[in-house]
Amino acid sequence: MSAPLLEVRRVTKRFAGIVANEDVSFSVAEGEIVSIIGPNGAGKSTLFGCVTGFHRPSAGQVFFRGQEISGLKADRICRLGIARTFQIVQVIADMTVLENVTTGAFLRHPRRRAAMGLAAELLAVTGLTDKQALLAAALTIADKKRLEVAMALATEPRLLMLDESMAGLTPVELKQIMALLREVRKRGVTLVVVEHVMEAVMQLSDRVIVLNSGRKIVEGTPREVVADPRVIQAYLGDRYRA
Amino acid sequence: MSQLAQQLVNGLLIGCVYSLIAMGLTLIWGVMNIVNFAHGDFLMLSMFVSFWLYTLWGIDPVFSIPVNAVLLFALGVLVYRYAVSRVMRGPVLAQLVVTFGVSIFLANAAVMLWTPDFRLIEKPMLAGTWLLGDVPVSIPKLVASLGSVVIALGLIGFLRRTRTGKAILATEMNRDSALLMGINTDRVNAISFGIGSSLVGIAGSFLAMYYYIYPQVGGLFGTISFAIVALGGFGSVQGAFVAGILVGLVQTMGGYFFDPAYKYAIVFFLYLLTVWVRPQGLLGW
Amino acid sequence: MLSSRASRIAVAAAVLAALVAFPLVFTHPFPIHVLIIVFLYALMGVAWNVMGGYAGMLSFGQAAFFGIGGYTSSFLFVTYRLNPWAGMVVGGVLAALTAAAIGYPCSHLRGHYFAIASIAFAEIVRIHFNNWKLIGAAEGLTIPTQPASLAVFQFGSSKAPYYYIVLAFLLLALALCWWMSRARMGYYFRAIKESHDLAMVLGVSFVRYRLLAIMLSAFITAVAGTFYAQYVLYLDPESVLILPISVQVVLVTMLGGAGSVMGPVIGAAILIPLSEITRVKLGHRGTGIDLMIYGALITLISIYQPRGVWGLLSGLARRRAPTPAGPALATQELRR
Repeated sequence: MSAPLLEVRRVTKRFAGIVANEDVSFSVAEGEIVSIIGPNGAGKSTLFGCVTGFHRPSAGQVFFRGQEISGLKADRICRLGIARTFQIVQVIADMTVLENVTTGAFLRHPRRRAAMGLAAELLAVTGLTDKQALLAAALTIADKKRLEVAMALATEPRLLMLDESMAGLTPVELKQIMALLREVRKRGVTLVVVEHVMEAVMQLSDRVIVLNSGRKIVEGTPREVVADPRVIQAYLGDRYRA
Repeated sequence: MSQLAQQLVNGLLIGCVYSLIAMGLTLIWGVMNIVNFAHGDFLMLSMFVSFWLYTLWGIDPVFSIPVNAVLLFALGVLVYRYAVSRVMRGPVLAQLVVTFGVSIFLANAAVMLWTPDFRLIEKPMLAGTWLLGDVPVSIPKLVASLGSVVIALGLIGFLRRTRTGKAILATEMNRDSALLMGINTDRVNAISFGIGSSLVGIAGSFLAMYYYIYPQVGGLFGTISFAIVALGGFGSVQGAFVAGILVGLVQTMGGYFFDPAYKYAIVFFLYLLTVWVRPQGLLGW
Repeated sequence: MLSSRASRIAVAAAVLAALVAFPLVFTHPFPIHVLIIVFLYALMGVAWNVMGGYAGMLSFGQAAFFGIGGYTSSFLFVTYRLNPWAGMVVGGVLAALTAAAIGYPCSHLRGHYFAIASIAFAEIVRIHFNNWKLIGAAEGLTIPTQPASLAVFQFGSSKAPYYYIVLAFLLLALALCWWMSRARMGYYFRAIKESHDLAMVLGVSFVRYRLLAIMLSAFITAVAGTFYAQYVLYLDPESVLILPISVQVVLVTMLGGAGSVMGPVIGAAILIPLSEITRVKLGHRGTGIDLMIYGALITLISIYQPRGVWGLLSGLARRRAPTPAGPALATQELRR
């Protein structure tokens, strides 16, 4: 069995009196789609930040392809091969869709022609080709999310981490983005997804990790996790044990 | 020793007036995230109002205080309504430049109306010196400082106890939540701009008792108040109060220990140090 | 904007030819002087644009770099007889280093906070220069007149050589800006302008690129300062290090369109002749009317057309041209 792509080892993160993550450990193998779920305040976004370089873990380590990345800056981590999206979608509003993706592509392709070529290709993958000349500010939320994914893919990551990308999408948009993510996995990118939308979690994930109050409480296949009484208790409280 | 004590007293005195000016600026800044570059020019206008009331009708600057309070409140609301409110949803550049434009307009309107000459109120009602030990304290300066403190406390009380005041504080803390609570943030903005300008108008009345009055006087006071606002924490009224006095002291002490020519440079450097090292300021969050 | 590439090049060539011919046709010194100032502010506007329009760092302290450039080359010439062209490079480097030194601790400042920091910085420089005996303090620095020659960067009372030099500088700066806007650097600047976090997740160190933008901007502005020093042969802090100069640079760019290559040129072409003419017609008695108009104009522009002339024109163009569909556009982009 080969070494995991991402290894989170006993990561703890404290913020002036609050313990946002406590002793969280898990691994992600290459080619997997792993979901991280948990009620609000469980520490999902903080964990995200620790892995992607926006927070420095108070304790514990993060390894990527065998190399320790805990404490490295976010831009360095991106260059090493981890890309991410944000909970509140971030795109470059004043640029066109094509220019946005080109910006991401410049990371591995410093020349304009090559970068634009890769960008055009990724626009096709994400289904945004016919909107490429629009200003990013003019897009719908769903399209902005697709654009964000395209931009992240343009940095040619090995691991793509998505922060609640499904929030606020209609059922049709949801289907589209799930198809996109499967396509992304086919292209050789491993996915770690923080999600609330259970339908997506169930249908997409190979494995699910459940956080509650900063700790990992359960890990397993979607079916195992959903039936686990600890998970039900975390979301619904004591009185609703099935 | 007495020289040092003199500078200490001077620093405190001017600091109180700085506090009042800065409190007005921080209120506007905290509530709507707009820097009013014309703040110093509002000060200049109120100083001229005091001057002309005195020169034309013999009204002592002390009695110009309520006049300036009302006049500058109105001016603040007007500037908000017709200039500032219209750029708030636009690019940041426009937000910065618009009050620059108002500043340049006002300063030069003053030049056109009243010439660039320096004026002084020769015989205010409150004049003379009082001896604190062997340190002479100018009475108009003392009145100005005490008056500023009184107004500052009044402002804090207003913000904490009245409904409007609380609405202002709420908007300052979290705009979106305030909106959701049914607070008319546009009205809060206008009132805050008005109050902020009113405060600087009152400060102008105080300064007019002893300071030279001329169209460019706003520039330096305006720029110094930025440093004070930063030090006290953008948006924090109590912070601006404390920081104003601190900056007054830094200015006079810095001038005393180093070089009086550099006293303002020291104040500007203090601004830089604050945003580099402790961006929340001394009392900000 | 214009229908085809060929017609755009033709127009540009025609304008350039007209500019080159101008001093040969209109030999009166005043119009040439006005154009020199137009080109000077356009040059400073292009420099501002790099850090402000593209990278989002709204500097209101460019006068500091202007002064550092002018004073460095002038001081080195007066004291060590260093050739002003060499002094110009030294001044540029010094300004860039100063920019890095002040820019680094300011790396996280955005919007209003950065703007005020830039004002604070420029004011510190002005106050210091006002008291610095070495470079003349408040009395200023005078450059001794030399017999006119390109080598010493002085041309006596003849304005045409100055005109051509500043025009050449401007064209160089515009070329640099145009290249930058299409290269990775320009895209990264714009990403940083949008959001530091976003830049980071695209692999861009916002600290590094912010410094790059500031240093480039400072260098070009300092070069403008040296030019000015050689043009007027006298510098003093209250003429070159003052806030109104910094504000003028911002306004010129904003009026023309911040974030566009030609914006500063358009803005300078409109604003400078306007302020020069109103100053001569209305301001000579020191009444301040000319500046009142100026202030009112600035206020109105910020309210009604903050994206400037270029923004207005691109807005119109966008509304008229239907969005091209399909992969055709990507190749069209590549060909541009």
